[in-house]
Amino acid sequence: MHPVLKIVIQRLLLGLLTLLVVSIVIFLAVNALPGDFAQAILGQSATPEAVAAIRRDLGLDQPAVTRYFSWLADMLTGDLGVSFAQANFASFVGTSAESGSGPVTVLQQITPRFQNTMFLAGVTAIIAVPVSLTLGILAALYRNSAFDRGVNIFALSSVSSPEFFLAYILILFLAVLNPVLPSLSNIFSDMGLGERLRATLLPALTLTLVVTAQMMRMTRAAIINLLASPYIEMARLKGISPTRVIVTHALPNALAPIITVIALNLAYLITGVVVVEVVFVYPGIGQLFVDSVKIRDIPVVQACCLIFASAYILLNLLADVLSILSNPRLRHPK
Amino acid sequence: MSLWVWILLALAAIALGGWLFRYAGQRITANRPYFRDMPYGVAFGYVFAGAAVLGGIWLYFQDGAVFFRWAVHGLLGFAAAAWVFRTLGRTVGTDRTRKFFRSMPLTASFGLLIILIYAVLAIFAPLIAPYGQEEVFQQVNALPGGDPAAGGNPDHLLGTDQIGRDLLSRLIYGAQNTVGIAFATTCLAFFLGGSFGFLAATLGGWLDQVLSRTVDVLMAIPSLIFALLLMTIASAWAGTQSWQLTFYMIVIIAVIDSTRVFRLSRAVGANIVVMDYIEAAKLRGEGLRYLIFREILPNAYAPLLAEFGLRFCFVFLTIASLSFLGVGIQPPLADWGTMVRDLAQFINFAAFSPLAAALPLMAAGAIALLTVAVNFVVDWMLQKSSGLKE
Repeated sequence: MHPVLKIVIQRLLLGLLTLLVVSIVIFLAVNALPGDFAQAILGQSATPEAVAAIRRDLGLDQPAVTRYFSWLADMLTGDLGVSFAQANFASFVGTSAESGSGPVTVLQQITPRFQNTMFLAGVTAIIAVPVSLTLGILAALYRNSAFDRGVNIFALSSVSSPEFFLAYILILFLAVLNPVLPSLSNIFSDMGLGERLRATLLPALTLTLVVTAQMMRMTRAAIINLLASPYIEMARLKGISPTRVIVTHALPNALAPIITVIALNLAYLITGVVVVEVVFVYPGIGQLFVDSVKIRDIPVVQACCLIFASAYILLNLLADVLSILSNPRLRHPK
Repeated sequence: MSLWVWILLALAAIALGGWLFRYAGQRITANRPYFRDMPYGVAFGYVFAGAAVLGGIWLYFQDGAVFFRWAVHGLLGFAAAAWVFRTLGRTVGTDRTRKFFRSMPLTASFGLLIILIYAVLAIFAPLIAPYGQEEVFQQVNALPGGDPAAGGNPDHLLGTDQIGRDLLSRLIYGAQNTVGIAFATTCLAFFLGGSFGFLAATLGGWLDQVLSRTVDVLMAIPSLIFALLLMTIASAWAGTQSWQLTFYMIVIIAVIDSTRVFRLSRAVGANIVVMDYIEAAKLRGEGLRYLIFREILPNAYAPLLAEFGLRFCFVFLTIASLSFLGVGIQPPLADWGTMVRDLAQFINFAAFSPLAAALPLMAAGAIALLTVAVNFVVDWMLQKSSGLKE
């Protein structure tokens, strides 16, 4: 077998194992709640018979290991359970929220919101990656100049500000003082792409400010690290222009750390959207998560947690694999 | 669309200006090497910067640009204060402190100054704040500015909140609560992560394996998400007392962040453990305590200190974010994250009352200012300790 393939498969298996362990951690954490689901659903004044009935219904009388595996099997088949809030709602009204198809499942709640979040992350990535690469290359090209220092200070400040500070500053200038963009992102399922982009732009810009800084600093550092190596010296002695030295000689070899940091920042994007989504009332998965945390809606919290964790692990894995693949020494072993 | 046309026109003008600038430079200086060999990008940069400065000056004198003026005043004020602070440090004090200030860039002295100010505010908050953080007054929602005609109250410079608490006092107490809790959390995280990390590095074997794999798993869950999950559970355990939830939050965030500290201290410790002087100490028959505290810790001091600054920023931002989302520090304690959330609505009145709109930004800015300051100092420390010039 090709050695690279072997390493990649190893990493994939390791990632799957991590995911499995993470799911155990999430399951255990939820089981650490005082009382159990049945009591949580029925509240304080429940009769013991009702609690026992629901417990039997949900399979809570089974041992924890059995419950874990049946929960895991449900998760894998896409059955994420029914949210407490929605279940209660349906039973109060007497009819279900969707016409005749039973109570709204967590999956139905999460799917559109997950798509929205992915859209937001996608727009952000499309803006942030080229901008940060360009800025990073420019900063490496004109290192220690006023431009480099200015960009560095700006990057440090924006990476260390809380997301909501940047978000409110953008709202102040682009939505309140100069009403160019909407300050609340109303997203409907039947929106045109243009409208959708307009509504997504402010949260996307905020996230761009947060992630660009780190990607740019890493790009700059990765390129500057290489500039001392002999082959760059050689290229300079040949009389090539500084831009060409950096773009055609240094950049390809600096690609591995840059790809890693881009993937890591995308992972951050998917998990770091929580605060930004709350500020802009963006109907994404992060907002659903925070709302569920506040009302202690365990099935939703569990499902969101698992989704966030798997997205995070997958992107980290991707970063790992890409950095292996971009290393020519590993691709062409002697 | 005309906006885009204007932006394009301005860019084209700057592009042309860059070329003209270089050409004029070559003519006037009779082809000095600096202008002769100037790449077009550099010329473009000069003209672009010049245009930006001119645009800024023009904007400064516009009537509507209140926030821009404040930003410029703030920036210049801080720069001047940092410069004065550095000059003071260079001339006053013993030889060692003067040497300390001599190599300091302006950003680092700005950071140090801000950290000092925050420390003073946090420690002496009860003396500095005009009122107590939980004191409730008659007038609710008084606007900032202290002008009775404009809905303000001269007793409350920054106005009062929705239940009539003085905002200036709460802002000052916020330094004590938010920064204090973040500091305590970071210390706890360092105690946990540091001691386990050094133990894993010195003892090795199965303990190292168990700890490292546990940390791997904990680090695979994004920290804010994990913190929110655990806070859900903690809120079910916590009683009616609000301090209980705050206490749980400190423990949860400390444990989550200690994984990062563990990684670093284990890596640093593992590098030190293989040194000859550790071997010598072991052969002398020194105990584990001596090894960790007298041999490893002093040598791991610099990276750990830098990590402490960075970790503090992360913890501080996490706590502020949790509070902003409504699950962090609980009322009646005044804290900045919660203040931002409560005051956020005011931002919509920016056109009528800039000061009111600035209220949520002040609380958020207070958070940002401290993290930026710590980052500047850490950046400088790292550069100094690594000895890199480029």
